[in-house]
Amino acid sequence: MIWNEKFETMPREEMREWQGQKLKEMVERIYYNVPLYRRKLQEMNILPEDIEGIDDLSRLPFTTKEDLRDNYPYGLFAVPMSEIIRIHASSGTTGKPTVVGYTRRDIAVWSEVVARILTSAGVERDDYIHVAYGYGLFTGGLGIHYGSEKVGATVIPISAGNTKKQLQLMEDLGSTILACTPSYALYLAETIEELNIKRDNLKLKIGIFGAEPWTNNMRKKVEELLNIKAIDIYGLSEIIGPGVASECEYQYGLHINEDHFIPEIIDPETLEVLPAGERGELVFTTVTKEGLPLLRYRTGDLSRLIYDKCRCGRSLVRMEKCLGRSDDMLIIRGVNVFPSQIESILLEMGETEPHYRLIVDRENNLDVLEVQVEVDDQFFSDEIKKLEQLSRKIRSNIQSTLGISVKVTLVEPRTFERSEGKTERVIDNRKLN
Amino acid sequence: MTVKQLSVFLENKAGRLTELTRILGKAGINMTALSIADTSEFGIIRIVVSDPEKALQILKENNFSVNLTDVVCLTTANQAGALAEGLEVLSAEGISVEYMYAFSIGQQAFIILKTEDIYRTIEVLEKNNMHLLKATELYNI
Repeated sequence: MIWNEKFETMPREEMREWQGQKLKEMVERIYYNVPLYRRKLQEMNILPEDIEGIDDLSRLPFTTKEDLRDNYPYGLFAVPMSEIIRIHASSGTTGKPTVVGYTRRDIAVWSEVVARILTSAGVERDDYIHVAYGYGLFTGGLGIHYGSEKVGATVIPISAGNTKKQLQLMEDLGSTILACTPSYALYLAETIEELNIKRDNLKLKIGIFGAEPWTNNMRKKVEELLNIKAIDIYGLSEIIGPGVASECEYQYGLHINEDHFIPEIIDPETLEVLPAGERGELVFTTVTKEGLPLLRYRTGDLSRLIYDKCRCGRSLVRMEKCLGRSDDMLIIRGVNVFPSQIESILLEMGETEPHYRLIVDRENNLDVLEVQVEVDDQFFSDEIKKLEQLSRKIRSNIQSTLGISVKVTLVEPRTFERSEGKTERVIDNRKLN
Repeated sequence: MTVKQLSVFLENKAGRLTELTRILGKAGINMTALSIADTSEFGIIRIVVSDPEKALQILKENNFSVNLTDVVCLTTANQAGALAEGLEVLSAEGISVEYMYAFSIGQQAFIILKTEDIYRTIEVLEKNNMHLLKATELYNI
């Protein structure tokens, strides 16, 4: 099923024309309404009338998270506050929160794009959507909520937390769709096992998981434990929230709603646009947003764009599943390391639960990476030598894949708190000053 | 003739052993024998208890990595050379010991043994008239 045939199957040339037209309108709006953009464009000697089509996008200035922080809270809004009907904000773990605002039309667009991604995941009117993303300032809960209502499914706005009660209601109300972060899905799956809830008593069939990076191995595990199809969705509050992109039933790349959010892939160092298919930092321009339109916003997420035709019939460009962030990246003795790479290695070994933590420290001016891994009960051996072999194997697999030596520590199950939101995987104790 | 031994993974952290023994104690599980094997980072604690299945379940509920391992309990006279005699029987058959621990009470010594092939070990020991203790006998010492 396709929610919006016109845009989701639009031929490439037509899409480029649409994007060019919307970009022109957007640049005019921000030039006259957002002081930061007027200044940036003036510094580059660009006037709104210089924009003729989509090919001009690469001439335009970038927007960064710092721009949002510097103009906290409302400085980049392009409409008077009387037009804003909703505020959301990011958690702000590294500094001030990022505040975003929506006009009535923005909320309508948001509902539309979420309706599209839910439909592409397989959600229908008859479904019961268990929305276990947090409700509140976080865009996850309300974003999925409005889109679900638009689809006409039955929304169960359970929000995050109170896991046992969630499972009880999931069973009683017959939830068919689970929408939450992948780490919470894993936590729910474990709790189902612990409480000995019969999987047959649950009607779940599809999971809609996003808001944090997760690997395909983690997907396999969640799909197996919950016996569902796990769909990866992508979104960030600066762009709109959930609804930016989502996988279809083929689970190979996430279709971007590019009639609203134009993607580019750039080299994070040179800032040059990379040819189609190359990996780099994902950048979005929100051409239809009214409240907070962002020009070439640098997401920090690493991906690549796939323009090949998809079997589902959508012509929307696909982005590869995000497996790392340029700012999650750890530099260990000069080597770029993404936590997701280590997660993949652990999961491929099939002997450890995907529960781990990375601790980075600096000893004698050298970076030291410690990988703490929870020992899975089923592989646990009562022989010291087998556990030592496991620890050595993890160490050598990381060494051969990433080219860095690490210290591996086996820890007891449940050492790391299972989060009900995003999981903290990395503790960086290096003081760089 | 096998004895079910409880093996538990423990990090080298203050208080973990106390916690483990307290959990078993509260559940009314008595320990007959216990040994700890340790490395610089973690240890494995091996315990013979009165009710291994119940102990397994309780420890799992408390999030320990734990399993049951088949071991044998050999008894000998509590006197010089008795253990060597038993071990000679095994080495003559090419059976090597993975780990063992022992204790003695009065005239009797008890040796808990883990080998690669526990059933062959039992066969060899019995053939040589060594005395093995049944699980129930061991739990009730």
